[in-house]
Amino acid sequence: MDVTGLSLTTITLFLPLIGLAILVFMNGETQKNNLKWVAFVTSLVTFVASVVMWINFDPSTAELQMVQRNTWAEVSLGESVINVSYFVGVDGISMLLVLLTTFIMPIAILGSFGSNIFEERGREKLYYIFLMLLEWSMIGVFVVHDLIIFYVFWEVTLVPMYFLIGIWGAEERIYAAVKFFLYTMAGSILMLIAILYVGNRSGTFSTYSAGGDIGVIEKVQNFDGEGTYWDALGPDGEGEDAGFLLDSVESFLFLGFLVAFAIKVPIFPFHSWLPDAHVQAPTAGSVILAGVLLKMGTYGIVRFNLNLFPEATVAWAPTIAFLGVVGIIYGAWVSYAQDNVKKLVAYSSVSHLGFVVLGIFALNSQGLQGATLQMVNHGISTGGLFLIVGMLYERWHTKEMADYGGIWKVMPLFGAISLVISLSSMGLPGLNGFIGEFTILLGSLGSDYLGFAFTLFGTLGVILAAVYLLKMFQHVFMGELKKPLADEAGYKLTWYEKAAYIPIIIMIFWMGLQPIVFFNLLDVSVDNIVAMFVG
Amino acid sequence: MFESPSIAEFLADSNLASTLPGTLLLAWTLLLVIVDLFTDEERQHWTPILACVGLGFSFLANIAVYSPAEGEQVALYGMFIADEFTGFLNFVILVATLIAVLMSWDYLKRADIHRGEYYILALISSAGAMFMVGANDLITVFVSLELLSIPLYILAAFRSIKNDGSDQALKSEESGMKYFILGAFSSAFLVFGAALVYGATGTTNIPQIFDIAVGIVGGTSSGTFYLLVGTALLIVGLGFKVAVVPFHMWTPDVYEGAPTPVTAFMSVTAKIGGFAALLRVLITGLSALVLAGGDVAAWQATATIIAILTLVLGNFVAISQRNLKRMLAYSSIAHAGYIMVSVAAAGSASVIDAATQGALVYMLAYMFTNLGAFAVVMTIEREDGSGGNIDDINGLAQSRPLLAMAMTIFMLSLTGVPLTAGFLGKFMIFSAALQAGLFGLAVIGVLTSVVSAFYYIRVVVNMYLRDSEGELQPPLDTQYLRWAINIALAGTLVFGIFYPLATNLVSMVSIA
Repeated sequence: MDVTGLSLTTITLFLPLIGLAILVFMNGETQKNNLKWVAFVTSLVTFVASVVMWINFDPSTAELQMVQRNTWAEVSLGESVINVSYFVGVDGISMLLVLLTTFIMPIAILGSFGSNIFEERGREKLYYIFLMLLEWSMIGVFVVHDLIIFYVFWEVTLVPMYFLIGIWGAEERIYAAVKFFLYTMAGSILMLIAILYVGNRSGTFSTYSAGGDIGVIEKVQNFDGEGTYWDALGPDGEGEDAGFLLDSVESFLFLGFLVAFAIKVPIFPFHSWLPDAHVQAPTAGSVILAGVLLKMGTYGIVRFNLNLFPEATVAWAPTIAFLGVVGIIYGAWVSYAQDNVKKLVAYSSVSHLGFVVLGIFALNSQGLQGATLQMVNHGISTGGLFLIVGMLYERWHTKEMADYGGIWKVMPLFGAISLVISLSSMGLPGLNGFIGEFTILLGSLGSDYLGFAFTLFGTLGVILAAVYLLKMFQHVFMGELKKPLADEAGYKLTWYEKAAYIPIIIMIFWMGLQPIVFFNLLDVSVDNIVAMFVG
Repeated sequence: MFESPSIAEFLADSNLASTLPGTLLLAWTLLLVIVDLFTDEERQHWTPILACVGLGFSFLANIAVYSPAEGEQVALYGMFIADEFTGFLNFVILVATLIAVLMSWDYLKRADIHRGEYYILALISSAGAMFMVGANDLITVFVSLELLSIPLYILAAFRSIKNDGSDQALKSEESGMKYFILGAFSSAFLVFGAALVYGATGTTNIPQIFDIAVGIVGGTSSGTFYLLVGTALLIVGLGFKVAVVPFHMWTPDVYEGAPTPVTAFMSVTAKIGGFAALLRVLITGLSALVLAGGDVAAWQATATIIAILTLVLGNFVAISQRNLKRMLAYSSIAHAGYIMVSVAAAGSASVIDAATQGALVYMLAYMFTNLGAFAVVMTIEREDGSGGNIDDINGLAQSRPLLAMAMTIFMLSLTGVPLTAGFLGKFMIFSAALQAGLFGLAVIGVLTSVVSAFYYIRVVVNMYLRDSEGELQPPLDTQYLRWAINIALAGTLVFGIFYPLATNLVSMVSIA
């Protein structure tokens, strides 16, 4: 394995920064119209680079591919010296999420093309700079395999998102931005403690093995002493019994990571920042937030919680899966009660991500594959829903459902597109949402760790999703046209609006009709993880 | 009988060359006193320029003394030690003084209190700090502490030399007086503590204290008792200097009243000097103070409690501050708490080096970031001293985007967000705390940094997300101040992005 050369992963990761550098040196006033093009082309090139990665990706191995590893700094901890390394590479799960990120970015940028937020707030240059910074840090989160550098990328995503909400958001933007920042920071800083502890005790920050160094994951998996790896390394250095919830080191470490991820996902009791952030964020912000940022949480659970703390994962699985199911029902319920379209879509995220959590903690192959696929599905369909809401708002300047109605009559194409995306989101067979949810439910049914009730209540969520999404669709698109636009021209979709929807629709059908392409990508990588839990 | 040694002999015996950075700076400053006496109004700006030159020479001397890897050298008959610890902190102090001098020029002009003595006092104080970080004897600690502090008392009251009865002049006078009285008070604790330690061990030399304490502790003599009380008093005395809770009461008033560049300067150098002495005394001298039945130094529990109190109080009280200087004052208390975390961690023998290195990197990061933040506050302050409230920076991103960007980076660094120097400092300190098994302390440390995020981010919110009410002041002429900000910004980012720079600099440090 070539671990020092410039790998494809590195190239993809740093492409957005090149766009950022170009933007920095452009004049925000005189070249105003070119800014968005630089951002768009950069994100498109990044997407092409990630597709090249996909072509070069060998799905038959669980090993990291396109790896690069350079020592970044040496940190002395007590007697030992620990390397912090720039360590990037992809396995199937990372690959899929990198593709999702690079896929969503150009769409989100297209979604800002016609936006009127700049007329009021200006600072277009800063806006696109933050989008590029966001893309860089999000790809970083999905490809790095060094805990410290992971934490760096994880925290850096906060800054551009905070400004996107805070500067270009709706009326309550400051409150939402600060809440978003503090909430997420509170979670992640506990993770920092857990990361430091893991590094301290295991002697490395690398999660995977590369270039002769043994990664934490391998150390955990190959441990064959008494009790568990972490308890053997516990503060008093003696193995405790692994019958835990709250009496072992591993449990605390597990929770340290989990709280950070649970806030990001968000898992049920930690979700209160999400509606505020979503409703206040500008359209592109919402699309990226729902499309990619939330997946960082679920990705983190799969990558770190499951791999590093297998015993604690098993012990906590029913509890977290229960919270997931509560999230499914609660999110759907609250979603149904909303009068604000954007809030409705925001709460639907809580519900959909509940499925992902349920799938992950089924701890078997179907569950995890379904969960990973559902991350992508949700990114595409909910991203699409936020685009729809954004475009409605651009025209009618209201988010209240009661103000809409009969839009299908004047915008039939838009209506049809919205219908497909809504149906995808509610899991209609033949579209992508169905594949993910179905596989997750299959996984939870066959799980060694979850009971039948989890599947039962999970399925209820599928029905509830149909209820609130159809309610939205009916209120907005059906019936009589309540508020005709003053200018009839507003009913036409612009080219960039159409261009944003085309890839979404293609993906909805492709993933729905030919899911095997994506399952293949995941198969081996997922099996490698669940091997610890099955049999 | 008493032959006075020749100068050559004296130089060789005392190894004066090792103290060159500090002595050179002091000598240069004394020369500057005379030069300043003969410069007229027209050439007033020569004093700060010469002060910077002096700092440059001292910097070169520091490189010359510390770059050859000769290990530690004892100088002045055991009173002073020149090791990597001293060299690194000398570097930090010199950069801090340089930034402070650059900051002061514009401010003194604006306040119409430009006097050459200002720079001389600042340089003396800085030399004091440089002797303090190399102090190898309790007497040296005390003398250099006074050398560091006395000019600071005067500087704190410097605004009042133009006695126009203004609020600022009065506050500055009050600030100097308060600082002086409490400083003198705390020195008494320090001296009494040193006396008790001397009583127990019969020496004031720090390494010798260690050797003798090993014999005393665990024995039946009353020596252990005197050592314990002496240690406690030393912690109290130095605790005043570095402003940790509960010895912090003077800080907000003094910081708010003193001229802003002085506040910035003393919030950095006095802390560095104080913590350096604290680390030396506790680690090199008193880490043998392990009570029966324990395996960590007896002062670890005390340091832990002080750290927790400081973190909690500093961060929570900072939330309610509306004045930026006062907010930074409380935040500097909180940062003393973070350094205290590493002092506590150093109580476990196996973690001493990691903890010391963490403290050093933290001080480096804190120096750049804090001075930068103060420089930005000075840039937006008005001539009458108003305009330093949190609402006065509303809309700064629109009117002065680069300044707002710099302030944002300083705030993120103070919070400890990655890619800034502040993160590296926090990272190393919390690693050390975990290594020492102080889990509760580490968790409280990170939780309070979330609290701190609240008030630091509020500054960013006001700059970027709110619009300014009322007319914006035309920017004041701040050519040197701008350089101060640039240097601080460069330091914050360079040490934040290229971790190895800082970690390599401290990797050899060991004072156990």
